[in-house]
Amino acid sequence: MERKVTLACGDGGELAHKLIQQVFVSAFQNQDASRFDSAFLSLESGKIAVTTDSFVVNPLFFPGGNIGKIAVAGTVNDLSVAGSIPLYLTAGFIIEEGFPLEDLRKIVRSLAEEASAAGVRIVAGDTKVVEKGGADGLYINTTGIGVQRAEHAIRPGEMQEGDDVIISGTVGDHGIAILAARGELGLMTDLQSDCTPLNHMIDKVLESGAHVRMMRDPTRGGVATTLVEIAEDFGAAIEISETALPIRNEVMGACDILGFDPLYLANEGKVILIVARNDRQRVLDVLRAFPEGRNAAVIGHITGMGEGRLLLETPLGSRRRLRRLSGMMLPRIC
Amino acid sequence: MPALFEPVDPGVAKELARKVIQLADRYKERTGITPAFMEVCGSHTMALARTGIKQILQGHVRLVSGPGCPVCVTDQKQIDAMIEVAESENRIVCTFGDMMRVPGSKRSLLSAKTDGRDVRIVYSPLDAVRIAEENPDKEVIFLGVGFETTVPVLAAAIQLAAKKNVGNFSMWATTKLVQPVLRELLTVKKVKINGFLLPGHVSIVLGEKAYRFLIDEFRMPGVISGFEPVEMLSAIYKLLEIITDNRPAIVNNYKSVVRPEGNQAAQKIMYEFFEPCDEAWRGMGVIPQSGLDVRGKYSRFNAKKKFNVEVGEPKKTLCRCGDMICGIASPEECILFGKACTPLHPIGPCMVSTEGSCAAHYAYMRKDG
Amino acid sequence: MCVGVPAKVIEKKEYTALVDVMGTKMEVGILFVPEVEVGEYVIVHAGQGMSIIDQVFARESLNEWGKMARAGII
Repeated sequence: MERKVTLACGDGGELAHKLIQQVFVSAFQNQDASRFDSAFLSLESGKIAVTTDSFVVNPLFFPGGNIGKIAVAGTVNDLSVAGSIPLYLTAGFIIEEGFPLEDLRKIVRSLAEEASAAGVRIVAGDTKVVEKGGADGLYINTTGIGVQRAEHAIRPGEMQEGDDVIISGTVGDHGIAILAARGELGLMTDLQSDCTPLNHMIDKVLESGAHVRMMRDPTRGGVATTLVEIAEDFGAAIEISETALPIRNEVMGACDILGFDPLYLANEGKVILIVARNDRQRVLDVLRAFPEGRNAAVIGHITGMGEGRLLLETPLGSRRRLRRLSGMMLPRIC
Repeated sequence: MPALFEPVDPGVAKELARKVIQLADRYKERTGITPAFMEVCGSHTMALARTGIKQILQGHVRLVSGPGCPVCVTDQKQIDAMIEVAESENRIVCTFGDMMRVPGSKRSLLSAKTDGRDVRIVYSPLDAVRIAEENPDKEVIFLGVGFETTVPVLAAAIQLAAKKNVGNFSMWATTKLVQPVLRELLTVKKVKINGFLLPGHVSIVLGEKAYRFLIDEFRMPGVISGFEPVEMLSAIYKLLEIITDNRPAIVNNYKSVVRPEGNQAAQKIMYEFFEPCDEAWRGMGVIPQSGLDVRGKYSRFNAKKKFNVEVGEPKKTLCRCGDMICGIASPEECILFGKACTPLHPIGPCMVSTEGSCAAHYAYMRKDG
Repeated sequence: MCVGVPAKVIEKKEYTALVDVMGTKMEVGILFVPEVEVGEYVIVHAGQGMSIIDQVFARESLNEWGKMARAGII
């Protein structure tokens, strides 16, 4: 087989067949489904959860993962934080002509491995090849299908004053790991992206019987933007404490150099949970039993219901309001 | 992290804040005046808001933001010219991230980039020289904004380009000097303050001695400060002590980093490659000898000489950035603030740069929706 | 005015040094601080070391601020 993806690989003919068989089908191991134009799925009765997300990452490979891993983690986490059980994924690939086949294999393999580890099946896929320059290497879209939990559902309607805000680990690892991997700004770090599917951990939290009001994954826009959205969507006054935020030293260092705020850096393997105060310890214990949750911490609480807003308590004890990220963060010298 | 390497007990900062308030209130009791200090460094503006010092001291000490953010003080016509220089084919414009969103009369560098212009963010100006070496068929222009901290680094880039004879590298310099603008604030603008919180990092290059004229000519005290809560609070504390005793002085509260004579290696290279020039400041007009431009001897690296860029006179807006950087108006007093002018749709540069007084106020101080 | 961060020099070359800021590393110029030694801290701005941090003064300041915080206001 050719060592690069060619336009002919996407024309539906012999080469396309070969690419699909050798790269995708072999990785996903679902010969049955691949014989039909649609996949047939069995779902328990009840509500179905569907989410879709497209993944464009530069670089495609970075410490702690690659675009294939993120394509699974991102979509699985979106289903999971909404309180549903992820079951199936579809994956669509848009590939730039000339893309190294070996890289494609690695990405597809990683996607398959992550899906299998997360316990979801890849049931449909698509590949398109675009002319050189028509895409930046490779893009992936994944759609996730799950079922809403019948038991242990999340109950946003019960959100109330005194509830705790918990984050499952350190803030900003993905954002800085990606930035360093780009190499443009000369940052060198051993930092790994946190990208990982969180559904098993989240399942255990919910099954513990803890009263979870709300969950979100703080991806683009970071912890601050995600919490502002929760505050506004549910009319909750949320207050978090700067000193309680778990942040790795390397992330702090990189932020100091570039003038970034870690609260606005992307995460790909973290969940923010709003839980009843009485269940705080139970949730922390469950989270900390998982490697991806061992740095879980209470970072704040809900101070009242009514007007939705997010406040940050500074180490000096004063409070300031946090807002959504305005445009992207740019490194600054002044 | 402060410029020392053991954790500072957060209790110390809290206690210092209490002492500052006590001292300030005592001063007000005696004189009837709320002490007002101006910070002339955008990083101070930002840090005072971010750490909550500004909020804690509200009503006790008036902290006025002065002309400290190089992007904010840059004249609109210069900004237009720097964007215009990016508009031609076969050019790569390199810039600090700070400049990307600054609105020109027509558009910003970010929107020029969106339209396919080659605009790149670099962390170090020396990276722009490397980019020029890697792209010999293109003209690479670095947009050199900054105060005295940055100018030596800009000079280092020109030195490198000269040494390696990188002919396709040039710099569009519009730099600003602290001393002339402090003098302008005190004479022409007649700002009503009791002292200056002096810029820690500019002072690295200039040294303590650079501020002696404040005492000699104006009896105006100043304290050089770092950027950590304890550093800023202790500097404000010292300013309060000075005005309480009425013994104007320049105090170096950042001794671990700022030497009396400054960094002479940096000064030397700065004046080897740059020479004083008249600079236009936003909202203040041209201040004689208040900036530095590439020395005539190195004009082959001066983008202003190399490229013929013509821009018209910018349209007047209601934006009060000019008053803001003189400490005459506060963001809330601008009719555009938070309404027509927001970080996503900035009208003036004070809203663009995260250390601009409007952006800092918008992000950290605004109370309404 | 200018973002500057304290960084520890971990390797020194002729014109540059490898520095560490809380675990994140980068290469910076030492044109303005040619005398810097491995193990010392510098303030980095726009990719250049601008000043070597004087540890004696750093400690003195720390003590002074502590005293200030404890002092009574008369």
